[in-house]
Amino acid sequence: MENIPESYLKYTQRKVFIICLLVLLTALLGVYAINAGSAELSPAQVLLTLLGKAEGRLNIIIWNIRLPRVLAAVTAGVGLSVAGCVMQNLLRNPLASPFTLGISQGAAFGAAVAIIALGAGSTHSTSADAVIINNPYLVTISAFVGAMATTLVVLFLAQARGVTPEAMVLAGVALGSLFSAATVILQFFASDVQVASIVFWTFGDIGRASWRDLEIMAAVTGAALLYFMANRWNYNALDGGEETAKGLGVDVERIRLTGMFVASLVTAVTVSFLGIIGFIGLVGPHMMRRVLGVDHRFLIPASSVMGGLLLLASDTLARTIISPVVLPVGAITSFMGAPLFLYLLSRGYGKR
Amino acid sequence: MILSVDGVEFSYGSRPVLKDIKLEVNRGEFFSILGNNGAGKSTLLKCLNRILKPQTGTILIEKEDLFALSRREVARRLGYVAQRYESTRLTVFDAVLLGRIPHIKWSTTAKDLEIVRNVLGILGLEEFSLRYLDELSGGELQKVVIARALAQEPRVLLLDEPTSNLDLKNQFEVLKTVKSAAREQNIAAVVVMHDLNLALRFADKFLLLKNRTVFACGGMEIMTPENIAGVYGVPVAVERLANIPVVVPL
Repeated sequence: MENIPESYLKYTQRKVFIICLLVLLTALLGVYAINAGSAELSPAQVLLTLLGKAEGRLNIIIWNIRLPRVLAAVTAGVGLSVAGCVMQNLLRNPLASPFTLGISQGAAFGAAVAIIALGAGSTHSTSADAVIINNPYLVTISAFVGAMATTLVVLFLAQARGVTPEAMVLAGVALGSLFSAATVILQFFASDVQVASIVFWTFGDIGRASWRDLEIMAAVTGAALLYFMANRWNYNALDGGEETAKGLGVDVERIRLTGMFVASLVTAVTVSFLGIIGFIGLVGPHMMRRVLGVDHRFLIPASSVMGGLLLLASDTLARTIISPVVLPVGAITSFMGAPLFLYLLSRGYGKR
Repeated sequence: MILSVDGVEFSYGSRPVLKDIKLEVNRGEFFSILGNNGAGKSTLLKCLNRILKPQTGTILIEKEDLFALSRREVARRLGYVAQRYESTRLTVFDAVLLGRIPHIKWSTTAKDLEIVRNVLGILGLEEFSLRYLDELSGGELQKVVIARALAQEPRVLLLDEPTSNLDLKNQFEVLKTVKSAAREQNIAAVVVMHDLNLALRFADKFLLLKNRTVFACGGMEIMTPENIAGVYGVPVAVERLANIPVVVPL
């Protein structure tokens, strides 16, 4: 052990290598996902088209349908996973995620308000013809307002009332069930088609994203990633305890508030466009914590890539498992996520 | 004089915890803070580091006003070891590297790695450097946390009961390390302690806290049976055993 920095550098290189491997895997799966489906493409054709060397029908299918879907899955997965990763650190709670903090339920309530009270009608979809689109942007904006309202209430409680991070999670759970209840009451007064639209909206569907939606999601997620990476040392310090972090010169309260705000913003944007997609924010970070440890220099990029990979895999599975029927991706992710939740509980609450 | 505190008062809401605290710490000194549970020892330590902000009073570190410094600047001057450290899945090297946070701009440099390597050597932790914290024993973990504080290259080291969970051997090793680090690097260590005998053995100066204020402050001469009995409310004898001062409750 005479040369620790050297063996240490090797050890960090191993982590970088794993992250690169995940990126490569995501890219391969991306090509496969573009290829998979009823249009009978080949991977070679997909690559040629992506390089701009094909024309006609292929171009349209790939550029207008498959590619945006794949990119949206990756972007949303990255956003949800990194948001979960940072929230778990900031609230010092392994079960903190966009879903457990009530943000998703807030978004669903917002969508329900738009569909029923504001007359936005039904959601548009790639797979279900029964529900019709009137005003998707009103639904999206309303969902966004609902999601951010939940966030702001939780943050306000933390800031003004001095609620502890542990209690913030409980506040999120309480707000989540409040919004769920409010959604149920709204549904009670809605017509059958409207209820169907709300239920459909909450399923979460990657196919909803247009290129324009994708641009907004990617911009917000990208900016958030930069912000999180700039704070990676602060998050590491916070892992050692709040007082330790303060002793290391970290302004804990400010980091926590802005971090929670940014993480919630990413979640709100994603959920508003695509509907509720649960558990990615839990599964992605926790898997990478097991593999790479809690060092946020590597955990943040690794969780992001893992989230993208997971959601892309889930969406591809949802499209192909009983093709041509497309299952809602939210159901698939919850199917994967619930067992992990139980696994975490069995490993001991609070032990990361 | 490296640290000078005068007239510090602190209260949680309307409940006063510290009043009229005055103390001075010199370079190379091992300064121990003693007193009953709830006397305000940990609170005082957190005030010195500005984790808590006293309502009144002045704290000077190397003649600079502590309250005029930013949090980061404070962290470059004072290394703090909390009573409780949460062990996570971080390697020992990474954990000690955290001590460089107040100095890091965007990324670590070769100098940061070199400092960490040095500190690990001083504390005899080289062989553990790539082990995870949650696999270490209590004594090893305590050394890692002290190593992290040393990696901050502080002027003053603040330790909150660094030996409370350690066995006899580790208690001695940890305190010896702190004492020699203070001597060799010409910095000061301010240590909250419970064990009077360990304090008598290692500390150069003592601060006895009682009822939220200073009961006595000074060198060996203030550690009289009368003062100790006055602070702890238990009659004691101070004897020498093998030429080492010991306190025995009567």
